Amino acid sequence: MFGLTAKNTRLLFLVIFLVAFAPFLMNPFPSDSAMAQFNAGYPDLMQRFVIFGIFAIGFNILFGLTGYLSFGHAAFLGVGSYAGVWMFKLLGMNVIPAIAASVLVAGLLSVVIGYICLRRSGIYFSILTLAFAQMMFALAASVLTPITGGETGLTLSLSDPRILGAAAVDGNIPVPSFFGLEMRSTYELVLGSWSFSFNTGYYFCAIIMVLAFYASIRIFQSPFGLMLRAIKTNQTRLNYTGLNSRPYTLAAFVISGMYAGLAGGLMVAMDPLAGAERMFWTASGEVVIMTILGGAGTMIGPVLGAGAIKYMENIVSKINKTILEQWFSFMPDGISDVFVTLVYPFIGKGWHLTLGVVFMLVIIFLPGGLVEGGQKIKGLFSRKKPETTPTDGAKTPAE
Amino acid sequence: MEAIVLQLLSGLDGGSAYALIALGLTLIFGTLGVVNFAHGALFMIGAFCTVTLQRILTLSHTVIDDTKTDFLGNPAKVQVPYIQDWFGEAASATIIDWSVPLAILFAIPVMLVIGIVMERGLIKHFYKRPHADQILVTFGLAIVLQEIIKYFFGANPIPAPAPDAFKGSFDFGQLLGFEANRIIYPYWRLVYFGFAALIITGVFAFLQFTTFGMVVRAGMADRETVGLLGIDIDKRFTMMFGLAAVVAGLAGVMYTPINSPNYHMGMDFLVISFVVVVVGGMGSLPGAVLAGFVLGILQSFASMREVIEFLPGINQVVIYLAAIVILLTRPRGLLGKRGVMED
Repeated sequence: MFGLTAKNTRLLFLVIFLVAFAPFLMNPFPSDSAMAQFNAGYPDLMQRFVIFGIFAIGFNILFGLTGYLSFGHAAFLGVGSYAGVWMFKLLGMNVIPAIAASVLVAGLLSVVIGYICLRRSGIYFSILTLAFAQMMFALAASVLTPITGGETGLTLSLSDPRILGAAAVDGNIPVPSFFGLEMRSTYELVLGSWSFSFNTGYYFCAIIMVLAFYASIRIFQSPFGLMLRAIKTNQTRLNYTGLNSRPYTLAAFVISGMYAGLAGGLMVAMDPLAGAERMFWTASGEVVIMTILGGAGTMIGPVLGAGAIKYMENIVSKINKTILEQWFSFMPDGISDVFVTLVYPFIGKGWHLTLGVVFMLVIIFLPGGLVEGGQKIKGLFSRKKPETTPTDGAKTPAE
Repeated sequence: MEAIVLQLLSGLDGGSAYALIALGLTLIFGTLGVVNFAHGALFMIGAFCTVTLQRILTLSHTVIDDTKTDFLGNPAKVQVPYIQDWFGEAASATIIDWSVPLAILFAIPVMLVIGIVMERGLIKHFYKRPHADQILVTFGLAIVLQEIIKYFFGANPIPAPAPDAFKGSFDFGQLLGFEANRIIYPYWRLVYFGFAALIITGVFAFLQFTTFGMVVRAGMADRETVGLLGIDIDKRFTMMFGLAAVVAGLAGVMYTPINSPNYHMGMDFLVISFVVVVVGGMGSLPGAVLAGFVLGILQSFASMREVIEFLPGINQVVIYLAAIVILLTRPRGLLGKRGVMED
């Protein structure tokens, strides 16, 4: 269906199902129960799930397929954000021109950066992209302040022209909307002690993410995708067959830069402000972590990785010492204290420590990420039936 | 003219730090072939060795001092460091004052152990994995180390002053025949430069003039042949990892008076150090040192007011610009050898 193989169609429907029912799936616990803190079904967080999902899907097209490890991808996201906010300032609060501008500007920039950086490969490529991203971060935070708002960030103001829309509504800055459909509007559904929120902005992002995911599957199974995988496997051999691989890598770089720009545009469509810290190299590191954690080179991996990291960031960092003491209160006094002391550094403000440890464990033991983990577990169960190969199933990666 | 001398001088101390970190990075890359993203974290741990030593030295107990009274008229309670009990007042004050240089002695064994544990416990398992995996696992390790330090020492910078003897500035201009107070340079930065020069010379002498160093150099050139000669090259390379960790750690220890240690200083230096290594030429030790100083001085010239007025923002980006130009025009870096990571 849709020009996909049967397996990939199932994968696409799985993703559609997940994002469509996310408000239910993310809120499995009643809102007044003790487990409610594990609910992730609020609009802000769900938006971030899908936006970073798009970012990671795009990064995966470059890193997963060609093996080029870019350490500067956040630059495209940041540039996309700035372009989006400028569209809001100049044209009006419709999100379509903003997102289009984000993708376009990020794409143009990635042509330039990609053209230069792709002249080298391996560690040099990583360092060149890192250097470009850091340069842009430094410029955005200092000299380009008239365009980027410097350290405080770029925000909307009442005096913006907004030539296609109203400069102000009731004396306030208007909110981003899709032809009148406000991004922030939310419908609350209360069922017994459960409450689910359906946010326009979330579904807007979700539809775009499904489209982006579809596009990435098409790239994965196309001859172009095959060529990219050939580059990862053995670029030298490819060159000896008389093929010039650079146009292919550049195309992959630009596509993934445009995905990052799209994510940046959606980010400002949800919350119209952009700051330089989005371009800092740790932000680039984050998308690397997401992709690897989920499974680089697989289709669904980056989406899972982005979800896992954003969930951890929000939920783990919310747990505090009191909650921890409640959890371990069933144990005898002394022992529960020991456990609280041991776990405490990993929660709350220490969530980066959890992130680092999880990331290291994944790299050491599961280089294929969560997807490989899933397959291994599947393999354990299906070993009893030797005629079925352990590699088929909905979560099978492309390789 | 004075401005140029001044910028040259102030480029030296930043350049010294870059050169030391890049030297360690290159040692690791040249011997083990590993791209170590956790090297900045080692620099940071070195800086926190100073803080730890400072805390140990000022560890105090409360004594009731009958000669003084507090505001209620009771005998005052005074915090007395333990070392004051052992060495007397004057000596202990001197020891605390000199805690930064003393931290060198403290940091050497600590960093050596950390380096060897890191190599044996983690990096060893990554020799056969792709470079991307090595980068990623050491990047993860850097995050973990940084967060551990943050957990124990907090997120705020902790000041670690230089000894009183090195406070103040040295009038360098008068030495060269300029007017007084035109070219002044803090003493500690001079010390830092001297220290860096000493360490760099030491490392080079060690590699050049000792048997151990000779074996290591032979191993860098052709690991397999050295192994076939019956030399346990892995053990020596582990020692070199420890040495690189010590160099990074000492760079951190001595840097504390210039910049108060905080948990993310390693990451801040790491990015630039990688640029330095690449500009100098991957695997070339003299290249790393040369590029460190060149980029340090370049950065300090780019921070001159006249230059910034001419090219706004150049001080922020000059290092990266230099790296991009070098990488595109001279792929193996300033002093890189032919064929080393030159793809």
